[in-house]
Amino acid sequence: MVKYIIKRILYIIPVMFGIIVMVFIMKAVTPGDPVLELLPLTATEESKENLREELGLNDPIIVQFGKYVVGVLHGDLGTSYKTKQPVLSEVAERLPNTIILAVWALFIAQIIATPLGIWAAVKQNSAVDNIIVVFTMFGASVPNFWLALMLIQWFAINLGWLPSMYNGSLISWILPISAILVGSIAHTARAARTNMLEVIRQDYIMTARAKGQKEGTVIFKHAFRNTLIPVIASIGSALGSLLGGSLIVEQIFAVPGVGKYISDAVSARNYPALQGGIIVIALLCCIINIIVDVLYTVVDPRLKTTFMKSSKKRVKEAV
Amino acid sequence: MSKITTPAMVKLNKKTKGRHKETGNTPMQEGLKRLRKNKTAMAGMIIILFLIIIAIFAPLIAPYGYQEQSYTEVRLGPSLQHLFGTDHLGRDIFSRCVYGTRYSLPIGLICTLLGLVIGGGLGLVAAYFGGRTDNIIMRIIDIIQAIPSILLCIALVAILGNGMWQLVVAITAGTIQGMTKNVRAAVFMVRNNEYVNSSKSIGVSDFQIMIRHLVPNAVGIIVINAVGVVATSILTISSLSYLGVGLVAPTPEWGAILAEGKQYMAVAPHMVYFPGLMIAITVVAFYLFGNGLRDALDPRLK
Amino acid sequence: MAENSKLLEVKNLTVHYETDEGIVEAVNDISFHIAPGEILGVVGETGAGKTTIARSIMGLLPKPPAHVISGSIQIEGQEMLSDKPESKGFFDFAQKRARSADERRLERIYREIRGKKISMMFQDPMTALNPVLYVGDQIAEVIKIHENVSEAQARERAGEMLELVGIPADRYKEYPHQFSGGMKQRVVIAIALACHPNLIIADEPTTALDVTIQAQILEMLRDLQKKFGTAIMLITHDFGVVAEICDRCMVIYAGEKVEEGTLEDIFDNRVHPYTVGLFDSMPDMYDNSLRLKPIKGLMPNPMDLPSYCSFYDRCSVRCDACKDGAPVLREINRGHFAACSAAAGRGEVE
Repeated sequence: MVKYIIKRILYIIPVMFGIIVMVFIMKAVTPGDPVLELLPLTATEESKENLREELGLNDPIIVQFGKYVVGVLHGDLGTSYKTKQPVLSEVAERLPNTIILAVWALFIAQIIATPLGIWAAVKQNSAVDNIIVVFTMFGASVPNFWLALMLIQWFAINLGWLPSMYNGSLISWILPISAILVGSIAHTARAARTNMLEVIRQDYIMTARAKGQKEGTVIFKHAFRNTLIPVIASIGSALGSLLGGSLIVEQIFAVPGVGKYISDAVSARNYPALQGGIIVIALLCCIINIIVDVLYTVVDPRLKTTFMKSSKKRVKEAV
Repeated sequence: MSKITTPAMVKLNKKTKGRHKETGNTPMQEGLKRLRKNKTAMAGMIIILFLIIIAIFAPLIAPYGYQEQSYTEVRLGPSLQHLFGTDHLGRDIFSRCVYGTRYSLPIGLICTLLGLVIGGGLGLVAAYFGGRTDNIIMRIIDIIQAIPSILLCIALVAILGNGMWQLVVAITAGTIQGMTKNVRAAVFMVRNNEYVNSSKSIGVSDFQIMIRHLVPNAVGIIVINAVGVVATSILTISSLSYLGVGLVAPTPEWGAILAEGKQYMAVAPHMVYFPGLMIAITVVAFYLFGNGLRDALDPRLK
Repeated sequence: MAENSKLLEVKNLTVHYETDEGIVEAVNDISFHIAPGEILGVVGETGAGKTTIARSIMGLLPKPPAHVISGSIQIEGQEMLSDKPESKGFFDFAQKRARSADERRLERIYREIRGKKISMMFQDPMTALNPVLYVGDQIAEVIKIHENVSEAQARERAGEMLELVGIPADRYKEYPHQFSGGMKQRVVIAIALACHPNLIIADEPTTALDVTIQAQILEMLRDLQKKFGTAIMLITHDFGVVAEICDRCMVIYAGEKVEEGTLEDIFDNRVHPYTVGLFDSMPDMYDNSLRLKPIKGLMPNPMDLPSYCSFYDRCSVRCDACKDGAPVLREINRGHFAACSAAAGRGEVE
């Protein structure tokens, strides 16, 4: 198991290297001269040249790339055009907010959506199922920025129950999390329903029924864990889309997170901030995917034994 | 048992029901037949066709031009004159939403098609050849996949600049990884079938096998996924416009109309309601269609 | 076999699947019985309705689309089908309530029966075991449901069952994917026998296995059947399997019983042209003819069965009388039935 985890962690290296290459290409082709962006308009030609030399912009492209990689490995993600501060520290101080937003949304979505999806599948074609299907369809279709604005309109402006903007208090998390949550619930419930429909058609469910097992036990003991396998597998992509959604939702609710940082960077053409943000988000996604993969092996014994073969006695096929 | 019926009676009863079934249809034809009977799919398709008609005849349908300003009619609520009200420049929001169908819909469809050709091609090649080819393609996809697709789109538009073709490139790039994975999975399921092996053994070329055997057999799953991709692409386009990249104001793209309206939301909420509803309806239509399509082509799950 | 001690009696069972495309007439007016301790073979082609019969007996039909149109299933004298009519009208609430209350009552009875009095083995051992649970626990589960035993006792009994089917008990804590197909089928047998049922319904228990493993599994089934005195309803499409272990045999065609009798009746004195055709299409060691004689044509579409004999179109001995309504099941010899107007008309036997 440890071996498997180490293998997965090592696997981040090529992926992140690929990301860095992509971001570097982005950097190389982005319009605008970083020197002009970083220095005040009154800067002399000489100081510009000095900065250019200092940033290594006169080096051949391959050297620039090497320096960039070394820089990223040392945590140097560049300097924000806007604040002239290192991007890494700016991202680092915003990251916890984004993680709170995404992880809470994910957690709540899983808790609500998985049972909903299973319920719908067990009562397939009933009124309950139809309601859940319709809800998931609309939940997945409503653009999250519109939903966010509507929530502000109803709960903050019209009813005045909740703050319309993030202000650091616990209660001001409710609207941003809800705005990002609805889509996630919809997608997860849909996936859970489809998976459950697949599972309850399997022969082993029939075997369990043929044992005289109660229908409830059949669902929870036999079907549930098998449904969980694909649900867990989809957590990685669910979190990816939640992080994507946080770009917009954080902006609307003024949550000081990486999402807002990136979307502000986009509107201000603050490229180093955008590039740094992409690297951090990508790393986050990779780490989450490792966690998901490890969880996956815990739930699915078929995978566990594959990866643990070396530590366990070999399976003898007697027949 | 009280209600014994003789088998002859039972048979006679059913004879009169007159359900005759022609045989010899391909699975695809069977699927299309089921699709025509599927209410959800048909509802989705009618809305989509309706939106396409609106897009084609936009100048005839829209009562005003999408840039026509009227400083005497600023931020009016919905009325008979202005079905969706007017915005801060006195433009008719209904007309702007009507013209909006000319952006999201075609861009969403074109990007999905492009994504299908590129991503689908990659997935097909990866699944068919397997081994090293598969490894290389999938590792590249892994890299792209590590970035949430909307962030990838935003980053690309930020570099390329605003505009139609830039947006198309960005959205297409965002669809490729999903398409590749789906097509690869679909092709994997059919590529080891005996008919593929037998085609190989009689010397059919790889390209022929892919086109003649693999694509037709994986087409159901691919089409179902593609419909879903259209829906997410439309959502992404409007999200980008909302953030002020891609198609920006004064283009009457729904997300852009909404972005313009949001600062007036407290006083003129209709400026936000209607463009958002347009997006939601369009996306729902594609999901409805996709759901119906899945039920029709994959009757197991129904 | 004593006629009065019937373990299972099925009378006039008719089951349809109502799908969007039409009504599939899966089982049509089938009656049969199984006495304690006997092995009944049910033979038929794929799609003849064998599995539907088995699932009807277990009360495990997928509803919808399956509907039991008529008939009676009695397990040790206990009626297992609801006599409350199924309501088609949307507003027939009272009738619907009565029906569903009755179904719930029967479901409770069924839960006591499944696994305890009757257990079932499914076709494909590869998919019949839950991939995320220990095989041992899957055996212990059925013991815990039906017998008042502690967790530890159930585990111990499950271990014994594993040994009984030839699997070392120390493999209790392994998952199905660690077992080969033959071993999985042994586990399935262990589950089926765990509570010493009176009847096992085995739905093509050997079809998915290699020939050598098939023989082992059949031999084990027969040995255990002798040991426990369990009756078996063996569903198969292979007369070889029937010859090996069955006492009586029933041939199903297009959801109808076409012939039933003892092994001698079927193997030596078969009368129905379909049964005859089935034997002719099997290679015979002692027959010198170079060609097999397959039955021409295909089974009729179960959505569109003819009003006369379903086998008419493929029959080699058909006559005009065959077109006058469905053939009646006639007793040709004591305990030997066949549903063929032509054969009976010719007065084959007696």
